[in-house]
Amino acid sequence: MGAQLRVYKRRIRSVTATKKITKAMEMISAARIGKAQRAVAASTPYADELTRAVTAVATRSTAKHPLTSENPNATRAAVLLITADRGLAGGYSSNAIKASLALAERLRSEGKDVVTYAVGRKGVSYYGFRDLAVAESWTGFSDKPTYGDAKLVSAALIEAFTAETGGVDEVHVISTKFESMLTQTAVDARLLPLKLDEVKVSEESSAKEIFPLYDFEPSAEGVLDALLPRYVESRIYNALLQSAASEHAARRRAMKSATDNAGELIKSLTRLANSARQAEITQEISEIVGGANALADASRGSE
Amino acid sequence: MAELHVELVAADRKVWSGAATIVVARTASGDTGIMPGHTPVLSVLETGPVTIRTTDGGTVIAAVHGGFISFADNKLSLLAEIAELADEIDVARAERALDKAKSDLDEHAERRAEVRLFAARGLKARA
Repeated sequence: MGAQLRVYKRRIRSVTATKKITKAMEMISAARIGKAQRAVAASTPYADELTRAVTAVATRSTAKHPLTSENPNATRAAVLLITADRGLAGGYSSNAIKASLALAERLRSEGKDVVTYAVGRKGVSYYGFRDLAVAESWTGFSDKPTYGDAKLVSAALIEAFTAETGGVDEVHVISTKFESMLTQTAVDARLLPLKLDEVKVSEESSAKEIFPLYDFEPSAEGVLDALLPRYVESRIYNALLQSAASEHAARRRAMKSATDNAGELIKSLTRLANSARQAEITQEISEIVGGANALADASRGSE
Repeated sequence: MAELHVELVAADRKVWSGAATIVVARTASGDTGIMPGHTPVLSVLETGPVTIRTTDGGTVIAAVHGGFISFADNKLSLLAEIAELADEIDVARAERALDKAKSDLDEHAERRAEVRLFAARGLKARA
């Protein structure tokens, strides 16, 4: 076998192995999207009921709460960035990081200091590599977040928000919204202070609903005190779940195009290998024919 | 017989839903029983067992850790961060958790484990 042909064969083998891996990753991600979407769906009854309860309290009482009170001269803002733990997911993590940089830029132009919180190894390493400060970070659950994870994250954020000194005045969240299998967009939303009238609008069905006159136990303030942190947790849980579904969808798409590209590459390499083999054969034939002619000429001359 | 519609929802899933005649849950101000036609109420749940008597005479017991109860228009929503039906609870695991909580002097964990054991045993005693 000629040197040229051997090189092509070797490259085909290596690309085939790569293709197997990307194909497997594609199929794993495809299976996990379904699971992640089911997790989003399973968490909606809780989120809906909670939204209803918060709206009910907000409409039936004028209770004020630290989590809803707006600071007119906000000077510090926290940004929670949700990224993936692992790479090979196309532009998923970098889109979220870009969105967070844009948001940080905007907040700075409004004269606010930005404190960053990061979820996911990709975001943490982005900030770590550039020596940018990260107030707190969580890793290890980006592809399958649980409610406990959301609780941990929100506890830190709520603590920073309610701290008397050195705290933050607003909290923003950058997550990736799962719009469809093909479209996932990085979105930023302000989480704290909560706007209770926004809560109402987001829930279309209950926008016109008239809430009964609830008896609050122990009191409207007490209920709100317990409700609002849960509401924040549920919002963060939803953001984590959406991001996880988006991560899987982005990875599936990235791996699908990698598999397609590997297929293309194998095809063109096979063509090249075939023509190299043919060239080798042609050369061999012409060498044999040439040799035979030379022998024939030589023996004719000696007669 | 009058009945009320119950939804027991945990943060990550719907645990149980159906019709019931009375629901007893532990709120911040003690055990509260809610029957059809109760005045609209919204209160904070403590870690404790929730007992639901279904219309067909059965009993559903669940261990609930933190959450809310809201009742209006004969619809009762129990929202819990964590909720486990009694027959889902692994008694051996709960006992281990209880022992561990006792040795670690973790009051919250101890209470949670106790409630789970209580719910699981309550179901057995009835069966």
